[in-house]
Amino acid sequence: MPENKLAFVLQLADNALILGHRISEWCGHGPILEQDIALTNIALDHLGQARSLFQYAADLYNALPKESQKEFISSPLLQQQSTAATEDSLAYLRDSWDFRNVLLTEQPNQDWAFTIARSFYYDHYAVLFYSELSKSTDLRLAAIAEKSLKEVQYHQRWSSEWVIRLGDGTTESKQKMQTAIEELWPYTGELFATSDAEKAVAQQLHILPLEQLKTVWEENTTAVLNEATLTTQDSKAWMQSGGKEGRHSEHLGYILAEMQYMQRAYPNMEW
Amino acid sequence: MNNEWPLWEIFIRSKTGLDHKHVGSLHAADAQMAIQNARDVYTRRMEGVSIWAVESQYIHASNPDDAATLYDPANDKVYRHPTFYDLPDELQHM
Repeated sequence: MPENKLAFVLQLADNALILGHRISEWCGHGPILEQDIALTNIALDHLGQARSLFQYAADLYNALPKESQKEFISSPLLQQQSTAATEDSLAYLRDSWDFRNVLLTEQPNQDWAFTIARSFYYDHYAVLFYSELSKSTDLRLAAIAEKSLKEVQYHQRWSSEWVIRLGDGTTESKQKMQTAIEELWPYTGELFATSDAEKAVAQQLHILPLEQLKTVWEENTTAVLNEATLTTQDSKAWMQSGGKEGRHSEHLGYILAEMQYMQRAYPNMEW
Repeated sequence: MNNEWPLWEIFIRSKTGLDHKHVGSLHAADAQMAIQNARDVYTRRMEGVSIWAVESQYIHASNPDDAATLYDPANDKVYRHPTFYDLPDELQHM
C-alpha cells in the first residue's frame, strides 16, 4: 500500500526535522565556540536530510488520490492548500498529530549531557539504519541514505566521544551524564519498534526491519558506555511509544509553535 | 587563573601533495578533540583534506625585533641565487 511507504518516509523526515530543530536551539548558546559551531553543523546536516526526505514524501503524497490524502494527513491548514504539497508545506503546515517522529527527538535540550545522550542514542541508530537503507531497492531512498550515512557517521563519533569524556570525567560530569543516559533510556525502544506496516515496507525495499538492528545497536552503545565507565540500562525496561503513530508529548506542541509560527502567520513567505 | 582548555594551532592541507597551511587556532581538551573541532570549525567549506593540530606551547617562533639581524644580510647577496645560467627558450617553468 502506498500509504505505508509514505508513512515510512515521513517518519524518517520528521525524525530529522525535529531533532535538527532541537539541536539548532543551541545556536549562539553553546558552552564553547567550537562546540556551538559543531552543533549548528550537526543541526544543518539533519535539516538537509529532512529536506531530501520531505521532497520524496511530497511526491508520494501528491500521487495519492484526494480521499486517501485527507485520511492520511488531517491537518486542516494542509488540506486547505489548493496547490500540490511541497517539502515546505509538509514541514510547516501539519499539526502535531500528523507528525511521526519518535519521542526521543522531541525531548528538550535541558543541558549538555541530555543533548549529548539524545544524539548518542539516535546517532548509533541512524548509522545502522542508513547503512541498511542504502541497500534498498528504492534508488531514491538508497541515494539519500548513502549521502546521510557519511554525515551520521561523524555525528556518531562526535556524540560518543563526548559521552566518554563526560562519563570518564569529573564526579560532576559523570553524575550528569549518568542521569541523562538513564532518563532518556525509556525513549530508545521506540527507535526499533516495528509495526506490521513498517515490516511490509522493509520487505518491499529488501532491507532488514528495524527490530533486527536492535541487537547491534545495544552492543555498540554498551561498548561506549563501558568505556565511559557509565552504568548501562536494562534492555527489558518499559519503553515509551506513540510518536510514530502521532501521539506525542507536550514538547512537540511547543516546538511546532516556534518552528511553524512564521509560515502560518505569513503564508508563503520566503527569504 | 586559567580555566581554559589548552590552545592548539591548526594547519590544513587543501589538496593532496600541497603543504599544510596555518588557518587559525582553537581550544580543545586533547589531541583528538582538537582534530574534531578543527574539522568542524575550519573545514566547513571544504577547505581541506588533512588536518594537523599542534599545541601552541610547542610552536617556537622567531622574535620580530630580531628581523633586521636575521634577514637583512641576505638581501644583497646575488650570488646565492641561481640566476647566472643561460636557459634555452624551450624550458618553461624554471
